[in-house]
Amino acid sequence: MGTAYTPPTNPDWWREPVERTEIWWIVLAFAWCIFMFTWMVGWHFVGPQNMSNEAYRTTLEAYSAKVDGMTAQYKIRADEATGEDVVAPPPGSDVYLAGMQWQWRPILELKKGEKYRLHISSYDVGHGFSLQPENINFQVYPGYEQVTTIVPNKSGTFSIVCGEYCGGAGGIGHHSMLGRIYVKE
Amino acid sequence: MATTTMSDFRVDPVSGLKIHRTANTLVKWNAFAAVVFLLVGGIFGLGVALTRMPSVQLLSPDLFYMALTAHGLVNLAVWIIFFEMAVLYFLASHVLGSRIATPRWAWAQFWLMLVGAAMVAVAVLQGNSSVMMTSYPPLQAAPHFYLGLIIFAVGALIGCFVFLGTLVVAKREKTYQGSIPLVVFGGVTATVIAVFTLVSGAMILIPTFLWSVGLISYIDPMMYRVIWWAFGHSSQQINVVAHISIWYLIASLVFGAKPMSEKVSRFAFLLYILFLQLGSVHHLLSDPGLTSAWKVVNTSYMIYLAVLASMIHGLTVPGSIEVAQRRKGLDTGLFTWLRKAPWGNPVFSGMFLSLVGFGFIGGVTGVVMSVEQINMIIHNTMYLPGHFHGTLVVGTTMAFMAVTYWLIPVVFQRKIALPGVARLQPYVFSLGAWVFSIAVMGAGTLGVQRRHADITFAGQPLAYQYPEIAKGLMDLGEIFAVIMAVGAIMYILVVLASVFTGERIAEDSAPWPKVEDADVVAERTGKKHVGLWGMEAPGTFVLAMILFATIVLYYFVNFKYLSTIWGLS
Repeated sequence: MGTAYTPPTNPDWWREPVERTEIWWIVLAFAWCIFMFTWMVGWHFVGPQNMSNEAYRTTLEAYSAKVDGMTAQYKIRADEATGEDVVAPPPGSDVYLAGMQWQWRPILELKKGEKYRLHISSYDVGHGFSLQPENINFQVYPGYEQVTTIVPNKSGTFSIVCGEYCGGAGGIGHHSMLGRIYVKE
Repeated sequence: MATTTMSDFRVDPVSGLKIHRTANTLVKWNAFAAVVFLLVGGIFGLGVALTRMPSVQLLSPDLFYMALTAHGLVNLAVWIIFFEMAVLYFLASHVLGSRIATPRWAWAQFWLMLVGAAMVAVAVLQGNSSVMMTSYPPLQAAPHFYLGLIIFAVGALIGCFVFLGTLVVAKREKTYQGSIPLVVFGGVTATVIAVFTLVSGAMILIPTFLWSVGLISYIDPMMYRVIWWAFGHSSQQINVVAHISIWYLIASLVFGAKPMSEKVSRFAFLLYILFLQLGSVHHLLSDPGLTSAWKVVNTSYMIYLAVLASMIHGLTVPGSIEVAQRRKGLDTGLFTWLRKAPWGNPVFSGMFLSLVGFGFIGGVTGVVMSVEQINMIIHNTMYLPGHFHGTLVVGTTMAFMAVTYWLIPVVFQRKIALPGVARLQPYVFSLGAWVFSIAVMGAGTLGVQRRHADITFAGQPLAYQYPEIAKGLMDLGEIFAVIMAVGAIMYILVVLASVFTGERIAEDSAPWPKVEDADVVAERTGKKHVGLWGMEAPGTFVLAMILFATIVLYYFVNFKYLSTIWGLS
């Protein structure tokens, strides 16, 4: 007489009073949901860490021209181990980073406490920008150029690893896709 | 209209249910296929686990990516959806005592899903479709990879309509009186979500298939992700609804429990239908080109109303058990009802471990990680696999295993062989799954990325060294993944031993003793009011408060951590 696998014993079950345990719980849970909504919106106004809403359509040609242009203008040296360009764009400028199978380039050198407009896009497949050890993670796609205003608040050597599976063959691939950002005092 | 005779049915001595033989055969085949695929997917999973252990690294990267693709697809889709088909047919046909509608279409469901799954398996094992279960373009798999998925989905869609058709038959042939039972209502909820899910899957996989054979030149990667996740996430909601229905079922089977309130539980199911699918945007929180306004609307209004539904079920299921136990005389103290529960019965212990683990591991982390800002410090790290093993394995798979121990005597007409193994199994499996989930989430918080064949970046000039503790957590987590695999093997052993060698239960054998309904007992003993503080389920309320405090605390801990990282806007 009354189980979850038999029809409700009271045909007018909709009008049965709800027991106090359930009512209190529903009120509390709903209030928490409202709070979480308010907080998520509120952090956009008071919190310093938010997803950027700025993104553009782009193409491989257009984006790689920007990366190469910035690299030519602000290159300071070649990385000893890899020969990769190390680029130090001035504070406040537009910085272009590209993900490709299987590296991030160029290597960036930034200043602590300064603002940069960091553009990220991909030359081939989907990648994930994952900055370590800060653990900041974004999706990156070919054809999409996202612009995030960043303020490095610590100095040191930061690594970019890949956060989205992007293929691999013969032992290299997604897990060997690396890049680097130096932040100077 | 097909005519049915009494010999098409049998009265089951174990459950007392009137069982349609054809429906029963379909439940058997679907459930058995599910268990076979659990084994297949589990073997790949073990390979993944032993590779992600930094001190073992069993597979080469190429094999690892193949095994990870296979593990994701087989365990996440094939095992679970085959089992869900068995559950749906059981709910519509066995529970309502009805014949199954269109058995031929139901067989088409089974064979299409089998052929589809086999095609995908072949494509993956050929080695050129290691694109992960998400298969994001522009990475491209072989055409039969997508085609197999489409055929599998079409099969499942047919199964949904057989379920709905059976409801129509049961109503028309008056096999039950009044409203459908709560668990069948849960089945309807799952089916509605499944139809939405499978149509979304078709919408994105059919063009992707055409792209793989060269008929379409370009699939936008962002558009793919928006539609794919309407399929990928909603499919997980089918699982949630299915395992919650199983929780309610087991509470009634083991304790004679009655839902605390039909209205509240059904309304909570309705919230899933209205809001869950739309909340799939929480997979896209760290994506470019989508506005925060859109993300916030979807992940707060939509997702939080679905979270509310889960919180309601999380209280009402153990609450109904508590009320039943109290009505049966265990009306002292806060937790006597729980202490005196049948912890040696794997049907109950599995269900309760699933409930608690799903709430505390899958639930708490799910709520926190779907906050737009928090997602930036979690997205695509090992936290993700930790979270969804906390829902899919700790919750769904454990619940499916628990109900299997009750289904085998009813459906296969065999007693459980190896009852000692069955008694231990939920504990071994849950221990492995719980610690695995928590440990790899810890590693994810420290930055370890998912889907990496080698987290030591060996031989790379720009190599990054994760903190030692992160590597230690990966080792620990994967050791417990092996324990989880042992638990899964115990389950598969019990199923195979019971189905093939278990003692037969003759159709005309004496009915098994049935658990008395709690409200019948209460009426006989004159027990009207139960509980403390004016609450019928005070113990459950205290447990719910612990869950609530955990969520609030964990939410602010993550915001504290977020506030220390680079400024981003």
